[in-house]
Amino acid sequence: MSELILILVSAILVNNFVLVQFLGLCPFMGVSNKLESAMGMSMATTFVLTLASICSYLTYKYILLPLNLEFLKTISFILVIAVVVQFTEMVVRKTSPLLHKVLGVFLPLITTNCAVLGVALLNTNRMDSSLVDSATYGFGAAAGFSLVLVLFSAMRERIAAADVPTPFRGAAIGMISAGLMSLAFMGFTGLIRL
Amino acid sequence: MEIVLYAIGALLALALIFGAILGFASIRFKVEGNPIVDQINEILPQTQCGQCGYPGCRPYAEAIANGDAINKCPPGGQATINNLADLLDVEPEPLDAEHGQESVTKIAFIREAECIGCTKCIQACPVDAILGAAKQMHTVIADECTGCDLCVEPCPVDCIEMHPVDVTTRTWSWALPQSHPGQPANGSLIATDRRGQKV
Repeated sequence: MSELILILVSAILVNNFVLVQFLGLCPFMGVSNKLESAMGMSMATTFVLTLASICSYLTYKYILLPLNLEFLKTISFILVIAVVVQFTEMVVRKTSPLLHKVLGVFLPLITTNCAVLGVALLNTNRMDSSLVDSATYGFGAAAGFSLVLVLFSAMRERIAAADVPTPFRGAAIGMISAGLMSLAFMGFTGLIRL
Repeated sequence: MEIVLYAIGALLALALIFGAILGFASIRFKVEGNPIVDQINEILPQTQCGQCGYPGCRPYAEAIANGDAINKCPPGGQATINNLADLLDVEPEPLDAEHGQESVTKIAFIREAECIGCTKCIQACPVDAILGAAKQMHTVIADECTGCDLCVEPCPVDCIEMHPVDVTTRTWSWALPQSHPGQPANGSLIATDRRGQKV
């Protein structure tokens, strides 16, 4: 149990995917203009990341490892993630129009989110991990992504109303604030060692 | 050499299985209807008045989805046009005067002493907001009336009139603030501060 909590804290704060490992920067800058859409994106990413890390773990453990095909992991993970996302989108659209309204636009976008592939690949590096470990790691990574995305979009909404000097308006001030946030997250380094 | 064959075989098998799953899912979880039509229909005021030239709001929503102009809805007025333009990502345009003027909210009122109970207005009402029976006095259910004017024309004794709805403390709302330089043009102070829209 404490092992799982360690994995969670490590994935959310210490090795935060966006601000420490610099994965998934595209949605981080792109979808953070509005708090509303940032929330939707976070929920969709959490959902997909957890699911994708479970599926890619199963693929790796039961298909690639027994056949000594570790070198195929990147391409097969891309395949698995694309299929999982597409399939979930279809099921969600059919079964729950409300959920589809909230997550729908973001689901296909996430297929190309490098954080998703990053989690799947990093999971395979930790050899002794079990299925539950992988799922927790995926969920933690997604929770970290959501935390940062929501915080950042709340900041950007404030910035949009603030009196920013003209040369720094728009993306420039976004980059600067992201850098400052990244510096702040470096404070967590050394909190846990896994 | 053998490992290459294994690799090709494994990938081929994976791709085939996944393709089969997706193919099955696309048939099993097929969704009827065009979601954009639903979204447009939700924005339209649902007066079913037909002033746009279509028999109701849903047919007009389908026509918009197929490329018709978005400025043919007088009951919705400029607010509806702006919402539609927002949804469809096109430029908002002024209301087409050919289809009528935007006016204050009205509801129908039947002068009951003059009503002869002909039921013609009941048949004309698109939202079943008129209550009555043959040779009985009719009356308007004020909560249901959308103010579409359609019952005024058929009345043989001209006993229906349109009354503007008085602004009360329950229906009054702040006017949107005017936009000024340094703020988004839609007049909202922050990006999520949207009013008049369903969440």
